[in-house]
Amino acid sequence: MTTRVADRTAVVGIGQTAFGKGLADSELSLACQAVSAALDDAGIAPSEVDGLASFNMEADREVDVARNVGLGDITWFAQVGYGGGAGCGVVGQAAMAVATGQCSVAVAWRARKRADKTSRPWAQVSQRITGHWQWSRPFGLIRPVDEIAMLTRRYMHEYGATRDHLANVALAFRKHANRNPAATMHDKPLTRDDYMAARWISEPLCLFDNCLETDGALAVVITSAERARDCAQPPVLVHSFAQGLPPQHQTMTNYFCDDPLRGPGWTAARHLWANADVGPADVKVAQLYDAFSPLVPLSLEGYGFCARGEGGPFTDDGGIEWPHGRLPVNTSGGGMSEAYVHGFNLVLEGVRQIRGTSTCQVDSADVSLVTSGEGVPTSAVVFTKAR
Amino acid sequence: MESELLLPDTADPVAAEFWAGTARGELLVQACAACGAWRMPPRPMCPACRSTSVRWERTSGRGRVWSFAVPHPPLLPAYAALAPYNVVVVELEERPDIRFVGNLIATADGPINEVDPATIRIGEPVRVVFQTVAGVALPRWVRA
Repeated sequence: MTTRVADRTAVVGIGQTAFGKGLADSELSLACQAVSAALDDAGIAPSEVDGLASFNMEADREVDVARNVGLGDITWFAQVGYGGGAGCGVVGQAAMAVATGQCSVAVAWRARKRADKTSRPWAQVSQRITGHWQWSRPFGLIRPVDEIAMLTRRYMHEYGATRDHLANVALAFRKHANRNPAATMHDKPLTRDDYMAARWISEPLCLFDNCLETDGALAVVITSAERARDCAQPPVLVHSFAQGLPPQHQTMTNYFCDDPLRGPGWTAARHLWANADVGPADVKVAQLYDAFSPLVPLSLEGYGFCARGEGGPFTDDGGIEWPHGRLPVNTSGGGMSEAYVHGFNLVLEGVRQIRGTSTCQVDSADVSLVTSGEGVPTSAVVFTKAR
Repeated sequence: MESELLLPDTADPVAAEFWAGTARGELLVQACAACGAWRMPPRPMCPACRSTSVRWERTSGRGRVWSFAVPHPPLLPAYAALAPYNVVVVELEERPDIRFVGNLIATADGPINEVDPATIRIGEPVRVVFQTVAGVALPRWVRA
């Protein structure tokens, strides 16, 4: 007997702090504020929380959040790895835990103070490199942007993707952020000329191909679909969930397998759609992980919105822009223009689209896709509207 | 400044033979001693047959540029001093599925920022050379 996670649980609360650089509050304080806000949004008391899902890169642990927010007996807790790959992972793990009765109210969160330059993980590497990084870092391939730049150049070579396609991504997300008062780049328009004139970070990627560096925290509350009907907000069903780790994948430096441009998204997508009553053609709006702009055309291909190599042209003619694009993507501004909190802000925007409360609201958005990091073992979730 | 460059841990038991090879001027690839499958990067178990027995095969040292990136600051200080420089992925001539990260340099003892990045082409033929940095022989690549 198999039991699908489909529609058995719902996101009933979302909460977030302000996004910024150099926020005075500690990461733990931000985490607790986001969790607290999400519980208030759901109308659920902290004492009722009995499940916790978090990123394994989270600096503050379950005990710290539980002691501060005043949570009850926690009967289920788990962490998901691989940084930006974990966002939908913690949501889906929490949904599975609720669906299987291991807990009844689960909270998932991500808090980060990344805007401080000293917090950059790549700046803290030790000088003698062990493990798989020894095959790349000694040659000066040090930062995530360098690792993705290598794949991007190959992608452009194999499929004819161009910098104009990458600019389409950056400009679309900026336009969306310009409508979102919570977005870091709300007041900062971006033109194609700005993009083309920007300094290189790692060729072929320029400044505007990179996500922001953000301090902030976000949280979601998940409970059973049955209880969700009585919560304060309209329920947002967790319709399908998948994680993805393909054969012979190597995190970030995925240069050593047969088809490096076929990333973890393809693996996640196969399971995601196989266990859903909907497919890519039914998706009205998508939040695609965008630590770097080229991950967006790759994800459009991986999740089945277009064929291999057509992710670049898919972005032409406003293809991913709200409101008229064939698939509005990252409607809050995403990691590149709203905030980069390891992609967890994408989860909340995916929820808002089903609720009908986005600042770039897609009409009759009843199927909403969110994906996590492409380039690392990843995860994805489909939210649907309760009927 | 050279001493601040990142270096592999040449004592890593899984990879020590590779670095012993570069010290002798040989580019080696780990192979399964049971089924013969080549694998890069090195690892303890053969994913084809699950044997933990390994041997090391000498390669031609010739390959083609599979892709490249050109990092600019902000970078670690030792790398910022060299930026912009190139980083290449090279696929081996005899086994294109075996790839190495390295740098394209103009002369065997030259720096990693000597080749004009605008002249680098995916597919161009290269051959390995070895540069010793703080006692570690790193494989780099020159145009063949």
